Amino acid sequence: MGALLQIAGLTAGIDGREILTGIDLDVPAGEVHAVMGPNGSGKSTLSYVLAGREDYAVTGGSVRFGGADLLAMAPEERAAAGLFLAFQYPVELPGVGNANFLRTALNAIRRARGEPELDAVNFLKLARAETKRLSMPDDMLKRNVNVGFSGGEKKRNEVLQMALLRPRLAILDETDSGLDIDALKIVADGVNAQRGPEFAALVITHYQRLLDYIVPDRVHVLIGGRIVRSGGPELAHELEASGYAGLAEAA
Amino acid sequence: MNALAAGSQGFLARFEGLRDRLPGDPALRAAAAAAFRANGLPGPRDEAWKYTSLRPLAEASFHEPLVPLADCAALLARLPAIEAPRAVFVDGRFRADLSAAPPGVVLDHFAASPDFPGLARPQRDSLVALNTMLAEDGAIVTVPAGVDGGTLMLASLATDTPGRAVAFHPRHVIRLGAGARLTLIEVSVGEGSYLHNPVTEILIAEDAVLTHVRLQDEAARSFHLATLYAEIAARGTYDSFSLTLGARMARSEVHARLAGPGAATHLNAAQLLSGVQHADFTTVVRHDAPGCASRQTVKNVLAGRSRGVFQGRIEVARIAQKTDGYQMNQALLLSPDAEIDCKPELEIFADDVKCSHGATVGELDPAQIFYLRSRGVPEAQARAMLVRAFLESALDAVSHVQARAALDHAVTLWWERQAA
Repeated sequence: MGALLQIAGLTAGIDGREILTGIDLDVPAGEVHAVMGPNGSGKSTLSYVLAGREDYAVTGGSVRFGGADLLAMAPEERAAAGLFLAFQYPVELPGVGNANFLRTALNAIRRARGEPELDAVNFLKLARAETKRLSMPDDMLKRNVNVGFSGGEKKRNEVLQMALLRPRLAILDETDSGLDIDALKIVADGVNAQRGPEFAALVITHYQRLLDYIVPDRVHVLIGGRIVRSGGPELAHELEASGYAGLAEAA
Repeated sequence: MNALAAGSQGFLARFEGLRDRLPGDPALRAAAAAAFRANGLPGPRDEAWKYTSLRPLAEASFHEPLVPLADCAALLARLPAIEAPRAVFVDGRFRADLSAAPPGVVLDHFAASPDFPGLARPQRDSLVALNTMLAEDGAIVTVPAGVDGGTLMLASLATDTPGRAVAFHPRHVIRLGAGARLTLIEVSVGEGSYLHNPVTEILIAEDAVLTHVRLQDEAARSFHLATLYAEIAARGTYDSFSLTLGARMARSEVHARLAGPGAATHLNAAQLLSGVQHADFTTVVRHDAPGCASRQTVKNVLAGRSRGVFQGRIEVARIAQKTDGYQMNQALLLSPDAEIDCKPELEIFADDVKCSHGATVGELDPAQIFYLRSRGVPEAQARAMLVRAFLESALDAVSHVQARAALDHAVTLWWERQAA
């Protein structure tokens, strides 16, 4: 079997507008890859298409995840298969308690994997341990999902979900946006804690800053809906110094 | 003769056959029958019935309930598991063998002690005329002054008589003396085809508090047409919540009069409808004294081709200064064929009042559904969670823990029925 995530010739768009013009990208298990690019290059579209948002239409190419056809799967099946998207703009769910949300999600995934569900007591033990690790106050479990959360709290809540759901591949969509340096470190620690041979990540970011804390194995530059360059972590520093302008011309 | 007029003939014939055996003041019965004969069933020209047509009721025909032969074990099992004494009615008749009163509460029944406190207005409200003309039984609940009566469940069970739709018209009277308290949990369930047309008169004395939680989970082919009058004296509270799940056609009409200074009422409700169900929640709150408060949060969740109606009228008399009135109606449409009609009305004659109302209509948010699905929650479950979340703020008004749990459970069962 090849890489955990294999994207070949992927084209996709929304409302008849093509945004991804031919993505080729492999992420092997155990590796962290960064996708960097300017605004409008298709970074968020890539994350939404991988997670299965229905308003994006895939027009060509293929995506294989753990050997299976990812594009044929419903969003919840992708989650059960081990794919996780940390949203750039986490969605507020008024009236849905965070603990209930987290337990429902965890148990839905456990059920889909044929594992026993966690009862409320064992779930709360697990959730409290993770919130503590992420320096989140306990009351974040009691509040409604993302309602009234600050930007940093929302991003930490995404990382909390990732820590509980233990995905094989986490896609972090601009998880650094809106974070101060302390929150950024906490989020990065949360991701780094997952790293290992069974965990891969696709870190989507505009800035190099996050990559100081989550050091990637590979860096890919996305411009105009396709990967125009790939390299090691040093590529991120190069971009920080010279910007995307030169690469945009090359594209 | 039109359908509505034809529909009233059967009821009038029944009155003629029954009138000598009905309990209570025969003059009152005769006056109600005269009003019903003159006015018939309310029709489309009646402003209060603009959104709810009784044609399906008029086209059905109903028989007298047979004396129930007791096998209602299955229906009893459907009552919520709430640790409280029950007043049980089967096809509208009191069942002493299944009933008990909480300590300090006097439980009687209408057939034995007919009681017309005079809040109901048969001359004005045709279904109330129908009830006043034909009522045979009902709960008469009295909580003496200063007594905390705890919790009483008032259960209506309608049994199925195949091929024979029955009609029953219970007459309930709830009286709380000064400073008394009671939580009344009213549950209506049934099987088959029937009309349940209860009239409830509630008298709340000074400083008394009645918490009234209603769960209407009638049979799918039934009609549930309930009219309730409440009169609340100074500093008294009538705190009510109605959950409507059942019946092919339902109307819950509430007339609450805040009669003394500092009285308060909450008329909260939720209606969950599917298929071709029609449910109407109509309220009239009359502020007749200064410094009174009324609060209403009414939520509709409408699937299939169902139709929800909310009519909310707030009347503020000239004397009722410092009135605080609030009304919110929110509807969630789960299908393009579902429909909500909402009519708020304010009629204010005092000048120093605070009255507000608002209404929203929406659908489930695709971004919220996707967020849940991306976390592994299957779509049907995600939708169910979001509907529950929508209802949460309405259900939160129910502070009685067991009643709240019973409502949550009923909503869960409703959702499972939809998914099945």
